[in-house]
Amino acid sequence: MHPFQYVAAKDVQEVVSLLEQYGDRARCMAGGTDVIVQARGGRFDLDAMVDIKAVPEVMELTLNGAGLRLGAATPCYRVYQDDKLRATYGGIVDAASIIGGIQIQSRASLGGNLCNASPSADGIGPLMVHNAVAVVAGPKGTREMPVDAFCVAPGKNAMTKGELLLRMEVPAPAAHSGSAYQRFIPRNEMDIAVVGVAVAVTLDAKGETIQSARIALAAVGPTPILAKAAGDSLAGKPVTPENIQAAADLAIAAASPIDDMRGTADQRRHLVGVLTKRMLTKAIERARGAA
Amino acid sequence: MVATDKQPEYKVLGTRPIRPDGVDKVTGRAQYGADVRLPGMVYGTVLRSPHAHARIKSIDTSKAEKLPGVLAVITGANMPIAESKDVEAGEEVANYRDDSNRVMAHDKAGFKGQPVAAVAALDMNTALEAAKLIAVDYEVLRPAINVDEAMASDAPIILEYLVGDHLGEDVPNTNIAKHARHIFGDVDAGFKEASVVVEREFQLSTVHQGYIEPQNATAFWNNDGQLTIWTSTQGAFWVRTSVAGILMVPTSHIKVVPMEIGGGFGGKIGVYLEPLAALLSKKCGRPVKMQMDRKSVFEATGPAPAGKVKVKVGVDAKGKITAATADVRYEAGAFPGASIGPAAGCIFAPYKVENTYIDTYDVVVNKSKSAAYRAPGAPQVAFAMESLVDEIAEKLGMDPLEFRLLNASQEGDRRADGPKFPRIGNIEVLQAAQASPHWQSKLEHNPSNGKLRGRGIASGFWFNGGMKSSVNINVTTDGTVTLVEGSTDIGGSRASISMQAAEVLGLRMEDVHAYVADTNSVGYNDVTGGSRTTNTSGLAAYNAAQKVVTTMTARAAKLWDVKVEELQFEDGAFSSKSDPELKLTFKELATKLDQTGGPVGETGSAVGVSGAGGFGTHIVDVEVDPETGKVDVLRYTSVQDAGKAIHPSYVEGQMQGGAAQGIGWALNEEYVMSGDGAMENATFLDYRMPTAYDLPMIEAIIVEVPNPFHPFGVRGVGETPIVPALAAVANAVHDATGARFPQLPIKPGRILESLAAKNGS
Amino acid sequence: MVQDATVKTHVKTTINGELVEFLVEPYRSLLEALRDVLGMTGTKEGCNDGNCGACTVNLDGRIVDSCLVLAAEVNGKQLNTIEGMATPEGLHPLQQTFLEEAALQCGICTPGFLVAAKALLEKEPHPSEDSIRFWLAGNLCRCTGYDKIVRAVQKAAETPSKGSK
Repeated sequence: MHPFQYVAAKDVQEVVSLLEQYGDRARCMAGGTDVIVQARGGRFDLDAMVDIKAVPEVMELTLNGAGLRLGAATPCYRVYQDDKLRATYGGIVDAASIIGGIQIQSRASLGGNLCNASPSADGIGPLMVHNAVAVVAGPKGTREMPVDAFCVAPGKNAMTKGELLLRMEVPAPAAHSGSAYQRFIPRNEMDIAVVGVAVAVTLDAKGETIQSARIALAAVGPTPILAKAAGDSLAGKPVTPENIQAAADLAIAAASPIDDMRGTADQRRHLVGVLTKRMLTKAIERARGAA
Repeated sequence: MVATDKQPEYKVLGTRPIRPDGVDKVTGRAQYGADVRLPGMVYGTVLRSPHAHARIKSIDTSKAEKLPGVLAVITGANMPIAESKDVEAGEEVANYRDDSNRVMAHDKAGFKGQPVAAVAALDMNTALEAAKLIAVDYEVLRPAINVDEAMASDAPIILEYLVGDHLGEDVPNTNIAKHARHIFGDVDAGFKEASVVVEREFQLSTVHQGYIEPQNATAFWNNDGQLTIWTSTQGAFWVRTSVAGILMVPTSHIKVVPMEIGGGFGGKIGVYLEPLAALLSKKCGRPVKMQMDRKSVFEATGPAPAGKVKVKVGVDAKGKITAATADVRYEAGAFPGASIGPAAGCIFAPYKVENTYIDTYDVVVNKSKSAAYRAPGAPQVAFAMESLVDEIAEKLGMDPLEFRLLNASQEGDRRADGPKFPRIGNIEVLQAAQASPHWQSKLEHNPSNGKLRGRGIASGFWFNGGMKSSVNINVTTDGTVTLVEGSTDIGGSRASISMQAAEVLGLRMEDVHAYVADTNSVGYNDVTGGSRTTNTSGLAAYNAAQKVVTTMTARAAKLWDVKVEELQFEDGAFSSKSDPELKLTFKELATKLDQTGGPVGETGSAVGVSGAGGFGTHIVDVEVDPETGKVDVLRYTSVQDAGKAIHPSYVEGQMQGGAAQGIGWALNEEYVMSGDGAMENATFLDYRMPTAYDLPMIEAIIVEVPNPFHPFGVRGVGETPIVPALAAVANAVHDATGARFPQLPIKPGRILESLAAKNGS
Repeated sequence: MVQDATVKTHVKTTINGELVEFLVEPYRSLLEALRDVLGMTGTKEGCNDGNCGACTVNLDGRIVDSCLVLAAEVNGKQLNTIEGMATPEGLHPLQQTFLEEAALQCGICTPGFLVAAKALLEKEPHPSEDSIRFWLAGNLCRCTGYDKIVRAVQKAAETPSKGSK
């Protein structure tokens, strides 16, 4: 492995200058569970590893009426041990609970998962269906973009030289909302998703009609996919098995999976249908249970 | 426990003491091979071929040698060309020329990951960076990566000096290293008598033993020509012999120190790093430590062979097997030596069959040379036969357990590879399985959660090896003994060997201090493997202990001035048969050794008897999600004949561990190979072994049908546990889904396809 | 200020309650620092990429894979490793039950399991079998099939605490 220096950055400015100075020869490190493996595996040669965990902005976890501010390096375990977070953002907690095992979750962050931009990432779909926004800092200051637009290609995100992800901002859901995420894996833990589906729904006060729905798919395209037509098709529709099936069929149509060692395209399409139905059902159940 | 014979009242055997090396292992103090730290130690690494099949035209190491911190670089040019000669090696047959080539390619790379150069440097990162600077000029050749490709008429010849043995005839220019045939009776006549004949072909992928500890070796070649090797190995004496053969130095120049070992399962018998560390040390004059990374462990150590197994079985109207044939083709890897012999011996072992015909092929392919993996050669053929038996029983409308009982092999029946069974416990195991709570319980096939449940059963056999062991026992004046042995302790063998000595000596296990010694300090010991250690190292300890008793009795006679014949040793005490006043415990007599002739120490040797064998039957309940193909194992019972369970907890441990490996082999484990011979899933992420969250508790039912060739009746137990598991799981998934799975692993995608085909969608 | 990558980093940390100082290259992992620099070889390497848990240590109260922590990161932090689990007074209840229940065969995964299980029992003193298995999913064992490991954790959970570390 190419020897790199380690810097525990104290503030955002320091990170930005280092990233500007070193360009591709530096990486930000949050939990390190992707970037250390990649550096060791020779995916890139680094001169500097910039540990951002001492930068207060990226370690934030604030939940209030306006929504959730989740620092980019906040580890998964802080996400899933928060009961209020779990009640409001079920799908995000689902994802945080299953990325790797307990050891990984002590370190890995949803922000890191997002920046890593793997097509099969567990944490991105749930952020997307919750309309999360990525807040990025760089040489020209701070900017925002929807998480939907953050991943541009397998392993590639939309940030440019000198930029780092500060946090994700997730708006407070409307009343009678619920979300869920599930992935299909051959074992019970520790695997990369063969297919992952995240769903967020908002129901009417009676819990019988879907006011809005968002569905996102993992591991069936070069980036996580927002199945917009599938989600939109449920707006104003009553909760029935037929409507859920129809949405699942539209989700399948939105997927563009490939054959790889984790699964075939046919298998993946089938699983998109199965998981979409299951996650719609679960999100609706959670929405009905929510205040 | 189900004991079939009336057993003596043992004091120590059958109890569950805490193992002697336990405290060191739960505190992290135990020293494994990678924990070795020596003054002046430097670090070595290996450069490996990126191609599955290539000629090595030239290697330029000059840039690597110039890197600051680099102390030595070696290539195949530094390896002597050893003689091509077959040598017994535990459960395998080895060839020094092949092994020399395997550990460092001479002029050709036969598998991706084959070492082509090695570097020693002051620190590991420098060694890794130096390896990148070595320039190798390859002529890439077309690879043959499975038996079909390697056996095709236009196949590229992989090992140019190989002369194949095809039914006794020497055949050059081939990838078929061996074609052997076993014939008994008349299968044509047998099939004519059959009312049902079923033939199926089964396919298995390469799988790995999956030990958590990667291979390691540290070597120091001193100025006096003495080479010391510290390594995590299943057999220090085999390392010594092997390194001597590969490097062409006398065995007397080599001392091997066996460190603790983090799992082997047969995969840590062959050497990989030892000769390289030795040569690097010779070149730089420092101790050189080497350790494999996980990717190299997958790509370049010895997995279990992939293969194709075709089986045909005929049964008469009553359900009795009248004939059975098999065609077994195993991928040896880049050098010959897949376990086709054991395949022939095990495939029909649970059944009495008069008419058998078996063809076996050991086929060289462009993959790393396969090695033993827990009952090498048996799980694959058991998967085939036990799946087929399940299908036949279903066709006949017979209970699969009753079918096995009807056809069960017994003492005196002949195995399909020739030997007759001595006393075995096949029927007793089947009966215990039948009586088990698991088999007696009802399974709800269509539970309310919408999933499908099924139950499967399968049997299996392993011969169990004998081989040679040697043990020294020395009596300490406080009445304890030291027991010096040469069997690496992979799973509690210090305890089981000590317990056998303790039983003879009338001591507690805790009074027997067992040490695993290096090759200079104890007599010859074959590997810890082959399910032979508790049996044969135990027998050596038994023999040594008996000698100690004899010698101590003579000492007592001297002390009391009586004839030896008047004395006896019972319940841990020496006493006169005629005079009850004359009595001393072992401890008491031990304090008087100096007065009666000095220290007492004895060596016990044993050549164990192979073939007494252990049978197992497994029962498994699974639940299948028909929408995703996911399989969950709900309940598992392993029933096995241990002869005599010395330490039941460790016998249970073998049974549970083997079952877990078999479940992984059946459901998820496989080498995903690219067309040009690269393993695509060489990490624990994508080579999917079961985690704690994937398995239920595993019930282990021990049956005891004594081994007639061991004084305590001990049968080996280490390998049988994996053999029935593959088909047990496959049969359970069949019971749940109605589909058969002739190809492993039974991945969710395959289940979905089968269900779709079944439902006509 | 970014120094030359060949200059070692000075790390001051607390390991098993003791203040420890050492020098290490900035690109090396905590696992390497423990084993090769400090000679604390109780923590093991199995895969070096976070998939087997053999390198599990406790960092500031959370179990982590030390192969995926840079040594330089632990400056000023609290580390607990397998070496700190027993005291001169005795073994930790988990170490004792692992021995009694024969929850180890080759023992290479055992330190990782013990550190992980200790953290579980500190968080959840009486976990269900399902909770135990889920918590330990990140620790691979190839020898035991996990049955006796789970039983050992259950047995330790029933053992009244003797106030050990």
